[in-house]
Amino acid sequence: MRVPLRALAHTRSGDKGDISNIVVVAYEPEFYAALAEQLTPARVKAHFKGVINGAVERYEVPRLGVLNFVAHGALGGGVSRSLCLDNYGKALGAAMLSVEIEIPDAWSPRLRGANQGR
Amino acid sequence: MTVRIGAGAAWWGDRISPAALNAAEGDLDYLCFETMAEATVSAAQVRARRDPSFKGYDTYLDDRMRAVLPACINRGTRIVSNQGWINPIGAATRAKELLAEHGITNWKVAAVTGSVISLDRLHALGATLMETGGPISSIPGEIVSAEAYLGAEPIADALKAGARIVITGRVADPSIFLAPMMVEHGWSAHDALRLGQGSGIGHLMECGAQVTGGYFADPGYKDVSEPWNLAFPIAEVDADGSAVITKVAKTGGAVNRQTILEQMFYEVHDPANYITPDVVVDFTSAVIEDKGANRVRVSGIGGKARTDTLKVSIGAQEGFIGEDMFFYAGPGALERAQLAERILRERFKIIEIKAEDIRIDFLGVNAIHGAMSPVPAAPPYEVAVRVAARTKTRSEAEKIGREVDAMAVSGVGHTGKRVPHADRVREVIGVWSALVPRAALTPQIHFV
Repeated sequence: MRVPLRALAHTRSGDKGDISNIVVVAYEPEFYAALAEQLTPARVKAHFKGVINGAVERYEVPRLGVLNFVAHGALGGGVSRSLCLDNYGKALGAAMLSVEIEIPDAWSPRLRGANQGR
Repeated sequence: MTVRIGAGAAWWGDRISPAALNAAEGDLDYLCFETMAEATVSAAQVRARRDPSFKGYDTYLDDRMRAVLPACINRGTRIVSNQGWINPIGAATRAKELLAEHGITNWKVAAVTGSVISLDRLHALGATLMETGGPISSIPGEIVSAEAYLGAEPIADALKAGARIVITGRVADPSIFLAPMMVEHGWSAHDALRLGQGSGIGHLMECGAQVTGGYFADPGYKDVSEPWNLAFPIAEVDADGSAVITKVAKTGGAVNRQTILEQMFYEVHDPANYITPDVVVDFTSAVIEDKGANRVRVSGIGGKARTDTLKVSIGAQEGFIGEDMFFYAGPGALERAQLAERILRERFKIIEIKAEDIRIDFLGVNAIHGAMSPVPAAPPYEVAVRVAARTKTRSEAEKIGREVDAMAVSGVGHTGKRVPHADRVREVIGVWSALVPRAALTPQIHFV
């Protein structure tokens, strides 16, 4: 079945210049492989179409269940120049949570929030 | 031996009462304040030129110190803080006065200076910009500030020389927390492994409540108890740099594997190479262990030798942003907002506004995530229209507010609007980065 990333992982975004990094942390170690396979830089760039204007890099830390995305050109030219109300991109991490991930049905009881037991 | 280090602030606007609580109940050896953002120094330099009464350091210095000094004096807790901004000596002198208010005249107070770089010096260094690879001279607009991120060494030296309070200008955030570890555990400035582990702990601490349940809660997914009562973190640091991250008892929030991991990667790019002035930190080998309620042990963070360069942050005046908003509610709110946008865009043509970029958003629909926002499944009951433009001159930026004013009587039906109550124009100070040779900077310690 397909579930939003929010059922499998939590995220936080941070700023440096015109770069936003979004860390994705799997709730359980077993979830990590599915995320690493499906949450590719290309998929993330497409998901953030019109918001991330540069390259997306991905750093993998499997032993911590972590994928760290570094998005260039994501903050409107930089925090002080941005015309976006959220000029630090603090809410960008939340936008990642709607990416859909294909998972085994057996994970259903272990999903977080409203998706649990689906 | 374990060193107890508490956080007292994560930025200039942070809450003060959790710092007081850490001082009073944290049984701390050190209380560390981080009060600077990327643009703090440039904003301070601009303000200092226009406002002779501006002291050049944290505007909440008195409030923060008065909140923690009684307990710090009582416990003998030392303070390390970057509240000095562009005037560390002034801030240290003020801290000394505040100590005297509490009857303490024999505490040594030190200022660490040397982070500010003059424009002549900056050009002479011949650095290239990290953003473009171009020379300093390619920065558009007037340069108003340049400062290097200094490391933990001068802070540690000041502490070793007996300072009970050390106040700095620009230093890397983790360095504020690393310096006490170096002093108490006797680490050399070239001990990459311990400095890496210690800086990793410093990175977890530098954003205060972001590791104790702040910037975290997501109802139904990540629930946090009593989020109105968050504590600032405490690190119990062992001689090898590994530490238990915890918080004062009977407070809200949480310290757990999830809060640790979100903060570990906050503002980090390559997690195997997180560069600070002191060391190159490797988070990929970190070990995170649950040690009971709100106690998490973090060890195994790696470190590689520090680089030969220091990062310099450069601020340049680039122009202005004009911004204002008005709002709609009830049936047809979105349609009225869309008509209002059309009216504004036509009027901006009529008045020939000179803007580099204009953005019109609908709060509640697309103002935060912009182009990637989904089309609303149902008509939004309320919509606020926000207008922002970036311009070269203040007078062009002021036109945004003037045209929003006009929407009150010359716009759409049922337009709600505030009477202008604040300056609707702000200055844009672009931030640039460059690397300079480490030897180009000479940190200095001043006892006041």
